[in-house]
Amino acid sequence: MNTLAAPAVNVAPPLGERLAALFDNLVPALAALVLTVLLFSVAVALAGFDPLEVWGLILMGGFGDAFAWQNTLQRAAPLILTGLAVALPAQAGRVIIGAEGALVLGGLAAAALGNLLSAQAQAPPLLLWPLMALAGMLMGGFWIGIVGWLREKREVNETIASLLMSFIAIALFNQMVETVLRDPASLNKPSTRPLADNYLLPAMPGLDVHWGLGVGIVVAIVAWAVVKLTPLGLSLRVAGGNPRTALGVGLPVSWLTIGACAAGGACAGLAGAVEVAAVHGAANASLIAGYGYSGILIAFAARFSPAGVVPVAVLVGGIAASGSLLQRRLGLPDASVTVLLGFAFVALIGCETLRGRSFWRKG
Amino acid sequence: MSQDRLTVPRRRLLAGSALASASLVLPGALRSALAQTPVTMGVIYVGPRSDFGYNQAQAQAAAAMKRLPGVKVIEEENVPETAAVQKTMEAMINQDKAGLIFATSFGYFDPHMLKMAEKYPKVRFAHCGGMWTEGKHPKNASSYFGYIDECQYLAGIVAGYTSKTKKLGFIAAKPIPQVLRNINAFTMGAKSVDPSITTRVIFTGEWSMPVKEAEAANSLIDQGVDVLTCHVDSPKVVVETAEKRGIYSSGYHASQAALAPKGYLTGAEWDWSTPYAAQIKALQGGAPQPNLLRGGLKEGYVKMSAYGPAVGDAAKKKADEVKAAMLKGGFVIFKGALKDNKGNVVIAAGTSLDQFNPELEKMNYLVEGVLGSIPG
Repeated sequence: MNTLAAPAVNVAPPLGERLAALFDNLVPALAALVLTVLLFSVAVALAGFDPLEVWGLILMGGFGDAFAWQNTLQRAAPLILTGLAVALPAQAGRVIIGAEGALVLGGLAAAALGNLLSAQAQAPPLLLWPLMALAGMLMGGFWIGIVGWLREKREVNETIASLLMSFIAIALFNQMVETVLRDPASLNKPSTRPLADNYLLPAMPGLDVHWGLGVGIVVAIVAWAVVKLTPLGLSLRVAGGNPRTALGVGLPVSWLTIGACAAGGACAGLAGAVEVAAVHGAANASLIAGYGYSGILIAFAARFSPAGVVPVAVLVGGIAASGSLLQRRLGLPDASVTVLLGFAFVALIGCETLRGRSFWRKG
Repeated sequence: MSQDRLTVPRRRLLAGSALASASLVLPGALRSALAQTPVTMGVIYVGPRSDFGYNQAQAQAAAAMKRLPGVKVIEEENVPETAAVQKTMEAMINQDKAGLIFATSFGYFDPHMLKMAEKYPKVRFAHCGGMWTEGKHPKNASSYFGYIDECQYLAGIVAGYTSKTKKLGFIAAKPIPQVLRNINAFTMGAKSVDPSITTRVIFTGEWSMPVKEAEAANSLIDQGVDVLTCHVDSPKVVVETAEKRGIYSSGYHASQAALAPKGYLTGAEWDWSTPYAAQIKALQGGAPQPNLLRGGLKEGYVKMSAYGPAVGDAAKKKADEVKAAMLKGGFVIFKGALKDNKGNVVIAAGTSLDQFNPELEKMNYLVEGVLGSIPG
């Protein structure tokens, strides 16, 4: 492994080249931003609204004051982890779109274990929370790990398999919540037994945002460090970028791929566990909220960078928060911010073609 | 509790009055009295406002409130039952100064609305579903709900008269007490016309799953069912499928008459303008918040869709008779001896459970005449 780490250590390039590289990264993003603003403004104007007023409300609702920021960060919290659930398998070249299933099963496992340990063993909350998180991660990791295994050992397309597995997961989740794990008191909304109030994960200190945000950011930084700075991360990227070369130098490509899928699933499962411990206090159908699917867009927009997932999730959270304000102030339909997100992602992916074609570069 | 409500005309059953709920008529004196205190009320929907179903019924009431003097209505649709709805409530309070919030989806109550009610004790919260309990939940939280099984019973009478095959179909989301109560009331209404009538029930497992609902509708029609009704969030697909296949349908939540001009018989609709107006009146008048608002036809919480062209005179006569008895009070749907569809006696002879009886909220059986079983 030591020899593999060598290419990562490189001599600092001259300043001019570094600036050009920075521009290379900035130009597609800026072009995408301008394109998104133009497209959405036209759409808003065509619908009979004043684009300036709409943009003003978007900025205010998402990022205008302390409340807007907390609103944004709260909405972003679960999306960081589900973004990672897609970004990590992507390091190994695998496109996983079924994080939703891993999330709900992770939440279910956490709720079941949480109930068992809090009601019967009276475990202290500080011990319970890490165990619930672990249960969620193991469950989610197992679920998407199966998808990776199917891909590597049975040549089943991982994208389709993960989506179908997600449907199975949700059916399984509903079945468990409505039968074996159902709290008999939950008459009209089948749920698992709720955690007692003292077992609910409190908000982050000084913020009205739950710990999903902190956990998400920490996991994103760790994931970034592992992928970019360690020999394991390099092996993973080689396996994803060129599996033949990877096999040629003796890397365990199959196990790296399955591991990356499992790591992604673990992130989704952790997101489910946090939702249960911090928001719902129980597992029920409210957990199936589409966070897993939003994670696909976030990971793609972040170009699968584990660190890039964080700002993109915050952006998406902000747009969701401002969509809430747009509905209330202007009576715009809920779909208007979906249109904005659609424009933004198409523009981001489209403008990627500008990369490396910058006009200031000769030849 | 329900007498707290405004003098909203009790029955707005004018023919073709799909928009009737928007035309809330108030006496002039009351109007000016209400104009004193301006109120901003927020309404939160779990789905789209124009879903021809659950959310539309709430949105119609919100639209009616917009006509009240001094009332400003702000709305937000497609809000999931997650931390997002907590932030939406807070945003309505902080950004729009809302003093009254209607959280219309069942899953908004615990923990979301309860948490916000504790955090904002000066803001009043109202939840659709009937979960508020004295001593357990905050005083600035409340529940409103309606006994729509009365309307399902009447719809069952109309279906019973109309059906030629004597086979009715019911497409249901989840086997929870509220849904079972509707299936049972519909079936009992039909059986009051002809005891040989049966209702075939299919549970889709989800509140909104249009593909499964269409499959279930087609499957029931293939089995000879000629009147279809449902309890899902949006009856749109079920009613449209019935119309396309040339059979009759009975609506739910709001009126779907426009989707099935030929086969739409009648429907069980909510009239949420009654509890909405009661909450606004209490707030503007400085009265304590009514915590539990419930009622049926008599109290103006539910209403029937206008009869469609396919409904015969005998059906109308019988249904109107029973409705008059319900409006007078004293008509009991669930009374003994009542057997479930496995032959067990579920309500003993001589026992009669009126609408307010909490026993009915634990319903876990399908009555005799329902073909199908509770999954799980």
